[in-house]
Amino acid sequence: MEQGHVNLTIDGKEILAKDGQTIVQAARDNGIFVPTLCDFRSLNPAGTCRICTVKVAGRFVPSCTTPVSYGMVVENETAELTDLRRALIEMLFVEGNHMCPSCEKSGNCELQALAHRYRIVVPRFPFLFPVQKVEARLQHLFIEHKRCIQCLRCVRGVKAKDGHDIFGFIRRGSDVRIALDVNDPDAVSEETAKKAMEICPVGALIQKRVGFKVPIGQRKFDRKPEGSPS
Amino acid sequence: MMHILNRNHLLDPNEIRGEIRVIVEKYHSDRTQLLAILRECQERWRHLPALMITIIADEMDLPRVHVDGVATFYHFLSRAHRGNYTVYVNRSATAEMAGAAAIMKAFEKEVGVPFGQTTADQQIGLRTTSCIGMCDQEPAVLINEVVFTRMTPARVKKLVKAMRADVPIHEMLGKLGEGRNGSRAIHSEVVNNIRHKGPVFFTEYFPGSALKQAMEVGSLDVIEQIKASGLRGRGGAGFPTGQKWGFCRAAEADTRYVMCNADEGEPGTFKDRVLLTEMPELIFEGMAVAGYAIEAKEGILYLRGEYAYLKEHLEHVLTQMRSRHLLGRRILGTRFSFDIQIKMGAGAYICGEESALIESAEGKRGQPRNRPPFPVTSGYLRRPTIVNNVETFGCAAKIVLNGAEWFRKMGTSASAGVKLLSIAGDCAKPGIYEIEWGKSVREVLELCGAENVLAVQVGGPSGQCISEREFDRKLCFSDLGTGGAFTVFSKKRDILSIVHNFMEFFKDESCGFCVPCRAGNTLLLKALEKIMVGNGTHADIEGIKSLGQMVKTASRCGLGQTSPHPLLTSIQNFFEVYRDKVRNDVDYLSQFDLRFAVIDSCVAANRKPNLELEGRDERDVKEVSDGTGSC
Repeated sequence: MEQGHVNLTIDGKEILAKDGQTIVQAARDNGIFVPTLCDFRSLNPAGTCRICTVKVAGRFVPSCTTPVSYGMVVENETAELTDLRRALIEMLFVEGNHMCPSCEKSGNCELQALAHRYRIVVPRFPFLFPVQKVEARLQHLFIEHKRCIQCLRCVRGVKAKDGHDIFGFIRRGSDVRIALDVNDPDAVSEETAKKAMEICPVGALIQKRVGFKVPIGQRKFDRKPEGSPS
Repeated sequence: MMHILNRNHLLDPNEIRGEIRVIVEKYHSDRTQLLAILRECQERWRHLPALMITIIADEMDLPRVHVDGVATFYHFLSRAHRGNYTVYVNRSATAEMAGAAAIMKAFEKEVGVPFGQTTADQQIGLRTTSCIGMCDQEPAVLINEVVFTRMTPARVKKLVKAMRADVPIHEMLGKLGEGRNGSRAIHSEVVNNIRHKGPVFFTEYFPGSALKQAMEVGSLDVIEQIKASGLRGRGGAGFPTGQKWGFCRAAEADTRYVMCNADEGEPGTFKDRVLLTEMPELIFEGMAVAGYAIEAKEGILYLRGEYAYLKEHLEHVLTQMRSRHLLGRRILGTRFSFDIQIKMGAGAYICGEESALIESAEGKRGQPRNRPPFPVTSGYLRRPTIVNNVETFGCAAKIVLNGAEWFRKMGTSASAGVKLLSIAGDCAKPGIYEIEWGKSVREVLELCGAENVLAVQVGGPSGQCISEREFDRKLCFSDLGTGGAFTVFSKKRDILSIVHNFMEFFKDESCGFCVPCRAGNTLLLKALEKIMVGNGTHADIEGIKSLGQMVKTASRCGLGQTSPHPLLTSIQNFFEVYRDKVRNDVDYLSQFDLRFAVIDSCVAANRKPNLELEGRDERDVKEVSDGTGSC
């Protein structure tokens, strides 16, 4: 075995991972698809969405925050986990108001892409129809709270020029929501809005005046559905 | 009262900034004191409006969203004005059983505003709150951090009159409680109700004796002794205490911390309140012993906001212990130094979870952390930290004093020692019972004088709801583990309303960070309500079981991992209740209920619905009947 590497199996397939990697990173490096939503590139994992949940030694663990260890046996694509992941996606759909046909993020939306991958037609849970206002007062950015899945990618990834936080997480329980420090001049720059829209997995943060620049049908997941082989 | 002078005056930003600066300076602009600063501002101005958040962020050089995040997380902090007198009525299951609804009605009538609102003159605010740890003396309310127990509608009338006349809150108190409740530092009408004493707590004890003993055997042997005693965490999870201390000591670090979890939030539990009232020296000494064992210099007691009335008393005890060289520099003349500070919570059940407690003690939102790393390697300020329950520290001090063997001999082989039970509900003698592990539920029921028992909730809502069939089960970690709550429900109670109360509690107290807990508990509550109003089918029961399991397995921390228990254990043990409530003639019924839809639209149109309102919350109906028309 190479120094600094560990062996583990995911769904029976033996893989080699770097010591200190999380399960999801190891899976990705080895071309194994583990669905994620709150995970984003180099950001510190948050563990909010739980969609990457896998089973290790009979226990359910989030693969984005669990480090690999030698000889670990990971279950990923089992019927049980698929049902759990589908349920979590359904929970996000009923918890917000997600009207894909009228959403600018359609085709670039990770939640929608996962729903397609898991073939969700109708959620098993009743819709909660939250009443949420759209924040439209900013010059370059819409905040559509009804579409927010509280993944905290913006909170972790969109910062002011000097590095301080402009996005935050307020309230608690089913009332939680992201908040933006609108007193901060950085919060309304065009650049920040662009970055926020990119980092948002859904249509909660929408940059103004870019709608339909890329036509429906030619967007990210239209060309390459989520989870298709790389 | 200073704040009363401010009534009806618009807040002057410059004046506020000046005062906030004084508060922030008092805490040396320390970010870990943000929650304490927000608590002071809330107490001073009775709310934390947006302007104030901005000023605090400015003064502390913190991002505004960060301060806003903390200020909106805790139940006792508020954006809207909560009144010069803020009344919090406890709505836990035992409070409801003791008549909390009548108390609320009386408050609404006397004050003239519904719960959730504050009078126009900002004098009185009415709010509800989760269990305040007074289950053996309900109905209880908190007014400006002062506890009023065994409330009656007649007393509500008196209190409201006094509040309107600006009477200082302590002058409204009735007869003071027994023991140290009546002392100057506590001055409370709360009673202890210690019903059954044992060999560990509430017996003669000389402060300093355990520390002396610990220093004689040496720090490593203290850990070995705790391991040998078989002591397991008394908060409910039951992790072996000695092992925890050992892990923490083994973690390399420049400093380590000892934290005492006094965020006793599990509805039905109140034993820590009594321990902190009567035996704080023992608890603090247990913390010092732990500090000696793991080589820590600092300890933190995290006290729930609901128990703020005990703070002065605890500070007083700490001062006394310092002057007797049991805390502070060079304890008992040795080279060991250790001191304890008290940090206050502000109304959040989740902060009883150890990593959430650490976050909160650092002045942040009380959100649990991802694990690994565990607190024993990276806890408070990312240093190795042990977090133990109040009772655990008490046991530890006594083990060091009397030996591991003494403790081990009590209880059962896997559950050594004694457990403090907080017994409440339908029984003749509610209160605190020190029992050895291994007693059966039936024995405990006899002890507390409970008759005609329908169900016992063991371990609070996150524990188990058991029926008569299981009363021979034993209280111990291998059978019925418990953090101490033991709530009795007699045959006149309705299981579904109790379960509903518990599920509402979890929905309110979820931190909202992870999806299964945030959305799952809301959906579980909704599914239960569908059954309760008579629209459920067998498919809904199966749906609850399946969703409940998912919430348990996918949630990030202990809250979500246990929150479906009221539903799951009651479906298991009281299936007939569910079976009789669901429709047997249809396989499926939609969540949509025409009757409620009509009611909702009538409310919107300000008209009175001409429908039967069975199952609907009384206050919703009231809201409707205030309308003038009819539809």
